[in-house]
Amino acid sequence: MLTILFDGIAYGMVLFVLGCGLSVTMGLMNFVNLAHGAFAMLGGYVAVLAMQRLGLPFLASLPLAFLAAALVGIVLERLVYRPMYAKSHLDQVMFSIGLVFMAVAGTDWLMGSTQQFIRLPAWLQGRFEIAGIGIGRYRLFVIAICGLLAISLHWGFTRTRFGSRLRAAVDDARVARGLGIPVNRLFAVTFALGSGLAGLGGALGIELMGLDPTFPLKFMIYFLIVVTVGGTSSITGPFFAAMLLGLADVLGKYLVPQLGAFIIYALMVMLLIIRPHGLFARGRA
Amino acid sequence: MSAAAFEARVREALRAGRRWYPAEFLFWLAAFAAFLLLPGQLLLLNEVAILALFALSLDLVLGYAGIVSLGHAAFLGMGAYAAGLLARHVTADPLAGLACGMAAAGLLGLATSPLVLRGSDLTRLMVTLGVALILYELANSFASVTGGADGLQGIMMAPVLGLFDFDLFGRTAYLYSLSVLFLLFLVARRVVGSPFGLSLRAIRDNPLRASASGVPNGRRLAAVYALAAAYAGAAGALLAQTTQFVSLDVLDFHRSADLMLVLIIGGAGYLYGGLVGAIAFKLLQDGIASLTPQYWMFWIGLFLVLFVLGGREVIHGAVRAVVGRVARFGRGAAR
Repeated sequence: MLTILFDGIAYGMVLFVLGCGLSVTMGLMNFVNLAHGAFAMLGGYVAVLAMQRLGLPFLASLPLAFLAAALVGIVLERLVYRPMYAKSHLDQVMFSIGLVFMAVAGTDWLMGSTQQFIRLPAWLQGRFEIAGIGIGRYRLFVIAICGLLAISLHWGFTRTRFGSRLRAAVDDARVARGLGIPVNRLFAVTFALGSGLAGLGGALGIELMGLDPTFPLKFMIYFLIVVTVGGTSSITGPFFAAMLLGLADVLGKYLVPQLGAFIIYALMVMLLIIRPHGLFARGRA
Repeated sequence: MSAAAFEARVREALRAGRRWYPAEFLFWLAAFAAFLLLPGQLLLLNEVAILALFALSLDLVLGYAGIVSLGHAAFLGMGAYAAGLLARHVTADPLAGLACGMAAAGLLGLATSPLVLRGSDLTRLMVTLGVALILYELANSFASVTGGADGLQGIMMAPVLGLFDFDLFGRTAYLYSLSVLFLLFLVARRVVGSPFGLSLRAIRDNPLRASASGVPNGRRLAAVYALAAAYAGAAGALLAQTTQFVSLDVLDFHRSADLMLVLIIGGAGYLYGGLVGAIAFKLLQDGIASLTPQYWMFWIGLFLVLFVLGGREVIHGAVRAVVGRVARFGRGAAR
């Protein structure tokens, strides 16, 4: 039982890394980017290719996944995302769904539709037991990395100059711009950071979630749950939302497998009805 | 101006909006003439008619009431499964199946409308998406009823009205679907040209002001949402009956996304948008599928991106110039 909990936490941690970039970009530019999962997939495939073709070790492929996704994020933000900011949510949704479809079919064409696997180094394989709880080494590794990331993100968001500018821009982009904060540049950097984190999460998640061309579609709803439930105004909101989601998903799939993903969808709809602005949103309209 | 004179003027304006234009007669004549002119393409035409009905449904909520939805496939699937199950277990009569599909989907729409009417656009997108995903999972889980991933097989349909048997070439199927589409289109045309339709557009353009002038926003939106759901259910029932098969695919997310593209191509907020969009979409799909069958998804994505980047009104405007102004109040409805 506690082993399942542990797995759920690891799963939630990966979801957090995948989704937190989306929550910030959504909060900052009010932009609904359903294509976020495509960046995660890109990171995953970069990691796979780096390990299989270039023979890089697993640890070295992780930063590569981050960099590749961040780079593509910057380029796309510049080229195609920017004209979309002023458009309606519906336009943005259609646009990013189009991007997702292109990414799915394109990956299928380039890499084939099969599931991708990676070989973890020996020191990350297997599991050990502490007080009767089976702990997978890789899951512990994931929790450690993602926990560190979460803490540093939270620190960056609340304690640094960049973070306070970001929060000001999220709260009111017009006033922030009026005060001389370069909102557009801030956003480009945040977008790249968020995409990079998604790429990193995609690479970390290969072992837990699998990786195939339909990844962005399959997990789109998970990211959206993280964002809509967690709210867009902090790091802690998405973090707890991701934890909740990871635990609910793993527990649900383990205890009542016949219901499948039903539980989390029902959970999301219920939460959105009770708290339309997110579970941890501050009291602002 | 006295109240009576004002009312008379409003009624006159509504009546003028409901008047038929010559281009509309031509459109429907062509649709029925296609039966004779394109005898080899009837199966494709049947698909077009069903997609057009489905798009009409989304146009009612999106174009007229301004409710964004990413989960319209829920109602299509509901109608398809209801009609399919009825045909398998109760009666093989197509019209009973159609009524059953519409009723089931309409009830689902009514039941989920309180969820959809809350919150902002973003919440609506999420909730409609969530509802569709829940239905998909349910249909997948209750395999004993729905056939699960294998689909609902062995649907045998009786002749339509006891006269016209379904054949391999889709002759009956096309005329049946087209007739249903036409009748439901007439109903929709009457509805959007009524004071009810007017109040929907008022809500879409300015909810606060609409409710201040005495429009019961919530109830009106719930009503049109249920109506549109019933339309989608009819499309689903037609799909199940004419293909004699229902699979999980009817509830899939790509159905909702395709539908959005149909409305983007045709333009929302005037009823012909869905119909024209459906024709263009199916032709496009057919053409691309014969060139590169596997990567249809890539092209649909590319079209979505290009249409949104290039402005959605391009085709919409061109079509509208041809069709003429359908409804006087449908102007500026390019949402």
